[in-house]
Amino acid sequence: MNTIPILTIITFLPLAGGLIVMGLPSSQSKVARGLALAFSLIALALGLGLWRQFQPASGSLQFEEGPLQWIPTLAVQYHVGVDGLGLLMVLLTALVVPMAVLASWKIEDRAPLYFGLVLLLQSGLFGTFTALNFFHWFIFWELSLIPAFFLIKLWGGPLRTPAATQFFIYTMVGSVTLLMAFLAIFLVVHEFDFIKLAEMGRNGTLISELSNQLGWRDLTTRRLALVLFGGAFLGFAVKTPLMPFHTWLPSAYAEAPTGTTMLLTGLMSKMGVYGFLRILVPIFPQEMVWLSKWLLVLAVVTIVFSAGAAFAQRDLKRIFAYSSINHLGYCLLGTFAVISSGSATSAPLVEKAAALNGVFLQMFNHGLTAAVLFWFVGILQERAHGLRGIEDFGGLRKVAPVLCGLMGIALFSSLGLPGLNGFIGEFLIFKGAFPLVTWAATLSVLGLLITAVFILTVAQKVFHGPLNQKWSSLPDLTSTERAWLLPAFALIFVLGIYPQAILGVVNSTVVQMVAHLNF
Amino acid sequence: MNFLPWLILFLPLCACATITLFTQRDRKLSAGLSIGAVVAGFLFSILFISSSGWNLNTELTTTWLSVGDFHIDFGLRLDPLSLMMTLLVTGVAGVIHIYSWGYMADDPGFSRYFACLSLFTFSMLGIVLSNNFIQLFIFWELVGVSSYLLVGFWFERPAAADAGKKAFITNRLGDFGFIIGILLVWATLGSLNFGDLEHKLHADPSALGAMATTAGLLIFCGAVGKSAQFPLHVWLPDAMEGPTPVSALIHAATMVAAGVYMLCRVFFLLNLPGSNALTVIAAVGGFTALLAALIATQQNDIKRVLAYSTLSQLGYMVMSVGLQGRTPAMFHLTTHAFFKALLFLSAGSIILALHHEQNIWKMGALRKKMPVTFWTFVAGTLALAGVWPFSGFFSKDTILAQALEQPNPALRYGFFILGVLIAAITAFYMFRVVFVVFSGPARSDGAGHAAESPSVMLWPLRILAVFSLIGGVIGVDALYNKMFEPLSDEFHYALWQRLLLPFAEAPFAATLGLLAAAAGFFAAYRLYTNVLTDPLPEKLGSTSQWLRDRLYFDELYEATVIRFHDRLAALANWFERWIIEGFCIGLVRGGTDLTGRMLRQVQSGNLQTYAFLFALGVALVLYFVLL
Repeated sequence: MNTIPILTIITFLPLAGGLIVMGLPSSQSKVARGLALAFSLIALALGLGLWRQFQPASGSLQFEEGPLQWIPTLAVQYHVGVDGLGLLMVLLTALVVPMAVLASWKIEDRAPLYFGLVLLLQSGLFGTFTALNFFHWFIFWELSLIPAFFLIKLWGGPLRTPAATQFFIYTMVGSVTLLMAFLAIFLVVHEFDFIKLAEMGRNGTLISELSNQLGWRDLTTRRLALVLFGGAFLGFAVKTPLMPFHTWLPSAYAEAPTGTTMLLTGLMSKMGVYGFLRILVPIFPQEMVWLSKWLLVLAVVTIVFSAGAAFAQRDLKRIFAYSSINHLGYCLLGTFAVISSGSATSAPLVEKAAALNGVFLQMFNHGLTAAVLFWFVGILQERAHGLRGIEDFGGLRKVAPVLCGLMGIALFSSLGLPGLNGFIGEFLIFKGAFPLVTWAATLSVLGLLITAVFILTVAQKVFHGPLNQKWSSLPDLTSTERAWLLPAFALIFVLGIYPQAILGVVNSTVVQMVAHLNF
Repeated sequence: MNFLPWLILFLPLCACATITLFTQRDRKLSAGLSIGAVVAGFLFSILFISSSGWNLNTELTTTWLSVGDFHIDFGLRLDPLSLMMTLLVTGVAGVIHIYSWGYMADDPGFSRYFACLSLFTFSMLGIVLSNNFIQLFIFWELVGVSSYLLVGFWFERPAAADAGKKAFITNRLGDFGFIIGILLVWATLGSLNFGDLEHKLHADPSALGAMATTAGLLIFCGAVGKSAQFPLHVWLPDAMEGPTPVSALIHAATMVAAGVYMLCRVFFLLNLPGSNALTVIAAVGGFTALLAALIATQQNDIKRVLAYSTLSQLGYMVMSVGLQGRTPAMFHLTTHAFFKALLFLSAGSIILALHHEQNIWKMGALRKKMPVTFWTFVAGTLALAGVWPFSGFFSKDTILAQALEQPNPALRYGFFILGVLIAAITAFYMFRVVFVVFSGPARSDGAGHAAESPSVMLWPLRILAVFSLIGGVIGVDALYNKMFEPLSDEFHYALWQRLLLPFAEAPFAATLGLLAAAAGFFAAYRLYTNVLTDPLPEKLGSTSQWLRDRLYFDELYEATVIRFHDRLAALANWFERWIIEGFCIGLVRGGTDLTGRMLRQVQSGNLQTYAFLFALGVALVLYFVLL
């Protein structure tokens, strides 16, 4: 369609940048972070260019490159392209990475390696969100895991080693089962292309081919299909995460350095939801319908339990880690609600479109808000000599009104206050999910309630009450920090007041996805 | 002229944004912007109404969101109900904004205060003008936040910070039901626009089917939270931790009225055949009114007495909605906004003169020292107690008359007697405050040296006092009646006729209402003239203690709801730590570990063992292959 392979450029630019930055001598921390910021800003500019060129009226893939044969015998092709969903995630990645670089500005220890890894991670994310061939996609999926592991392991808090190991093992197990599932599928249909696989998933050939060719023991076709689905499911359920596959998350988020936590929560958690939407729902629709009730139960449990667990935490990072699980739970609630009435022809398309639009919005907005929140925890931690328990503070609003005011806005965005970006996504999810699966949506509203309680508890313990004298000279945000945070807050308000900016981009994609679900 | 409503709505928001971003340092400019925005809003409302008249029924709409095949509108609904509320909100808020200039003059957070006040005004106008449920809900939440910010305005004080949080969370609890109710209505009827919904339900009253009662009660949950009805009433008295003008504006005149307003706005959803929602609403309202009035008799903090009286009056209004009387409810809401704002602001004047003393037993003999405040407070008291010819008499009388119109005799007399009883208690506790605060001996040094407040605070009092007096006879009720009962006769009366109308139309209700007020007055007069301490605790014993401690609702919730919540969190945490992390993961980890250890035994380095295992393997392979 267009001659410039812009998706390839945007994917490989950070990779090249990362390698260059890593090659710098370790004394050159200034140059390293400057270069890293420059590369991430170029990627942001490219992402914005992509957004300008994108045709929002079309729900199909754009900027497509390929398919070019890569390893023909294995059906491995180089095939990239984005629809509204992919574009949204590319934009989010392009946006959060510079924020994470800025949040890591004060890292001096082996800075070139740190910033190089951040760029590699970005490349992995771009690849994941644009690839359309499983093999190619999987490489990038794994590519993002390895830098994340080292970022936690080398720059993390006191318990970084077990946290990094747990993170790696969990994600790896998920990846392995995912890979095995797809290898089995490949054995049967000799295809790795997502689009073609999705077509087979829709018209049922995938399942019938499975039963024809992959007789294994005495498993019925249904069981066999479910086993494969389970393998793929595990990979995404761990990544998102869905309870009970989430236990790697709180310690990984808590131990990772601030910038890395922002990447983990803002972007890597979206890989999981993206996987659900791009891979599981289109390729395994039948299986998802079979299991939809159980999946919904998991989503509801995730939402309610993680909110409760967040309330029980005393460490700011762990609170927001659980709150992150809770927010992604809404994404999965919306997704599962849409699939739950999949084959019914009279299924209300409007509700499904609302829920899916809500899921997309929520992915973007949670990425933004959660990154900002963890950034603030980093700012606080830096000023408080490493402390970040909610009991460690008190009355900070008196000495640092701007810091507390802005963090308060971010907190209320996370709480879902109308007028800020967090509200409308959740609202659309509930709007769609309520008529589709009333019981699940009703129970999940409880999560909203508990979220309000713990968010206000945080605000009260940290900002309000008498000033803790230990922090009587705690500095407010510097003008540099304010300038860095400004774009994020501008977005929080703009998207809160004008969510159509995102909905306009994704709506056609949603409509097409919903149409495809009526198989 | 259609841009005027938009201007009225968005001016306060602009003021808030400008103050927050640019003019925080300049106290006078900030306050000026905020006051200017709301006063301009009031003038524009008058201008708009005088040019287009009251008989509007239009909407100004733009599309806010379009998702798939459905759209969410952002629109303003202009009809007598919303126009009257706009006038009321901008008018009362304007007066209170001006008063705040004097009251908050010494506060370091002066600019921040006005920014929050403007945000509140914007949100409240948003509720009033909304033409659909989502927009209403959005502003509903924004009102909650501005109330949170203003109640916790003195955030260094733990009590204030706690109260702000409590207010927000209790409201959220109500909104939990409200949002489910909205979703239910949306899912069943496919629209959220008030006009559309009314049409749909008019065409097919059974469209909600068996869910009619449920939907009505869920929607009512929102009002229970916002209008502080039992059992979610506990946040309102605590909200008195905010600055007194805030109490006047938010917790008396406007925000808490939003629940009643909303019920009137969506009355068509509650008044469906086969729905019992209204009966429940009436019962909740009546119960709240009685409960709060009883508690108010033994409160010693002047603002808390007023807070409980607000609860009680809101209960009246909710009860009236439940008895199908929208006109009386809105009428009382309007007059109550005048006289309750007046009472709070007069109380604020006293509190400021006594250097933030709020205990009425530390006051006394203020009549001579603060004459303007005394007269305005008395005017507010007379209106609240329902003494002819003050506004409260007329609006309360319509509610009592409404109760008498119920077809079911048990309901009719039940609610009527309840109403009269509450009226008596109301007069009692209000005159108790008047006698203790203004007459008798000065009970503290502060009260001995008190002086009248500055005129920037007194003029708002005078204005509100005038409206508290005449609010009942300026045709507010006729306006609402025309909107709610378009078929009934329009009545045009001269002023003197209006003054006597209640005695002509419902003499029984009017006479009994007056008698009740008189009874309350005489009881207070007997008990509270020239006393140093409250004589009631001795006479009532433990009942008084119970009332003073607010019937232990806070303690009850502490022991149940909050503990439940904490337990849930602890359970989630425990489950997390021991079952998932400890047991499941421990099992996997232990299993891996054990396998590793066992396999290590095999790698013994002993050649004979290896040879043996090799032979065993070969034997096994042969066994499977050959047999």
